Amino acid sequence: MRPLLSPLSAALPGLARHAALLALAALTLLPFAWMISTSLKPAGEIFLSEIRWWPERLAAVENYSAAFERAPLLRFLANGAIVTLAIFALQVVVNLPAAYALAKLRFIGRQTAFALVLFAILVPQQATAVPLFLLFHQLGLLDSYAALVVPFTISAFGIFLMRQFFMSVPDDLVDAARMDGISEFGIVWRVMLPTAIPAVTAFGIFSVVSHWNDYFWPLVAINSPHLFTPPLGVAAFRNEEAGTDYGPLMAAATIIIAPLVIAFLFAQRRFIEGITFTGMK
Amino acid sequence: MSDASLPLAREGVAAPVSRSSRKSKAAATAARSPHQLVATALLLPAGLLMLLLVLGPVAAVLLMSLTDYQLGASGFSFIGFENYAALLDDRVFWKALGNTLAYVAIVVPASVGLGLAVALLIESGRSLRSLYRAVFFVPVMATLIAMAISFEFMLHPQFGLINLMLSALGLPTHAFLSEPALALPTLAAIGVWQMFGFNMVLFLAGLVSIPRHLYEAAELDGARSAWSQFRLVTWPLLGPVTMFVVLISAIRSFQVFDTVHVLTKGGPSKASEVLLYSMYTEGFEFFRSGLAAAIAVVFLAFVLLLTLIKARVIEKRVHY
Repeated sequence: MRPLLSPLSAALPGLARHAALLALAALTLLPFAWMISTSLKPAGEIFLSEIRWWPERLAAVENYSAAFERAPLLRFLANGAIVTLAIFALQVVVNLPAAYALAKLRFIGRQTAFALVLFAILVPQQATAVPLFLLFHQLGLLDSYAALVVPFTISAFGIFLMRQFFMSVPDDLVDAARMDGISEFGIVWRVMLPTAIPAVTAFGIFSVVSHWNDYFWPLVAINSPHLFTPPLGVAAFRNEEAGTDYGPLMAAATIIIAPLVIAFLFAQRRFIEGITFTGMK
Repeated sequence: MSDASLPLAREGVAAPVSRSSRKSKAAATAARSPHQLVATALLLPAGLLMLLLVLGPVAAVLLMSLTDYQLGASGFSFIGFENYAALLDDRVFWKALGNTLAYVAIVVPASVGLGLAVALLIESGRSLRSLYRAVFFVPVMATLIAMAISFEFMLHPQFGLINLMLSALGLPTHAFLSEPALALPTLAAIGVWQMFGFNMVLFLAGLVSIPRHLYEAAELDGARSAWSQFRLVTWPLLGPVTMFVVLISAIRSFQVFDTVHVLTKGGPSKASEVLLYSMYTEGFEFFRSGLAAAIAVVFLAFVLLLTLIKARVIEKRVHY
């Protein structure tokens, strides 16, 4: 397509390109490969003084069943799903109407409201963790699903992103809907949301991935193992196993990363776009 | 917003066409802000939550940093800038700040450089592009805590893959996470591993937007080698993207916490203590909320500074 965009191609024949990229790819995947390899080994083959990628005696069944027995991994995964989906659903409900108002409605105070949104984007979640912890402590909401979900229902970045998208929707579409007697509230959900599905999907992927992987706030807010999200769960598993039983530990780590990585393999392009171009904050 | 304008505002929403026929002063206000009521209603939930969960806490963290509040204490008093003075006197705070900056100083150039190199390699040919892109992006997606645990075993002093490889090559082995000189660089290497794929995607997008004819023009002007084309065309045109990637990487790596908490706890002897980890231990292990708030304010100041620079870069790029 763009033969000249590839200034390197003259100097680097295809073979050299593949050699360099494959070597880098192997290095990148090394931690995954070693993790999965270890999860298949019996203890006797884990503590070896030689590199062995494939065990002589496969211990996959015992390691993975030990992982499920010693920690409620499915519970952790279910918590991850509940929390990330609840966050995303509430983010849409809370932030989409605000984004529409900022993009398409004329009212006094719009500039100020938008300036506040821009400021809120700048604030990293860790910076406000101390007062937020005290607030949830006061409300008696620590160590609950609400503690995991509520702080993220407001997404200044989501408002900004959707506002930018709504700005590009023609005013005619909105005016036509008004002529048809649809209320402003109805316009948000019946006119704007359908046009915004690609942007909402991208934001959804970004939101789900970042909250599935989030460690800081759940660590602060949660104590009870039955509320552990996947990162908390696998960290707790490791603290209990500390340095003794790597087979089940690596099995547990593999199980924890599997859902997102598998989802990614099925929809790479969407994930990459969602995370990179909405995650640029 | 005057009371009189409200009903008119609602009419204005329902029938925008009739708006111009109204002559009264109230209608003039309504014409300028015909959606006052409905906009307020639509913004209310987000506005209240933002106040409660973002803006309020920012104000609270600033105020708290001026108090001696401890969680569970019956009261507190304002102590001015004593928390900040205590930080300035604290060797561990300076260590944490220095380590955080050192971490940023390793991770940013390495992950930006590697991201650019991989993007150029991928773009230099046509085959297997999306496969490579996906492979290098997997670390961005994978739960960092789980991968940190995998890295911990990979770095095991005796049975870890890295040390097995080193001794197979006849090189000395290391306890990477418990040697003071190696702990922070090792965490930084994990940070680079996790981040360069993200930067790669941004660079790939930047490369695609470089007009092809510029390369043709450069070639006509005698820039035939890959290096001179890179130096004369790719690098200058990628400038704004690079600046942007550098700042994003800096903001992200400034927030390093997960790997520190799981792998080193800031040790050995504070060799990998970082700002957020200090804030976490002060605030949530010792419950010295006032002091933790002061660290949070320092952290916030750095991140805001970087973000404001980034915002200026984006503005410039729009006018590019």
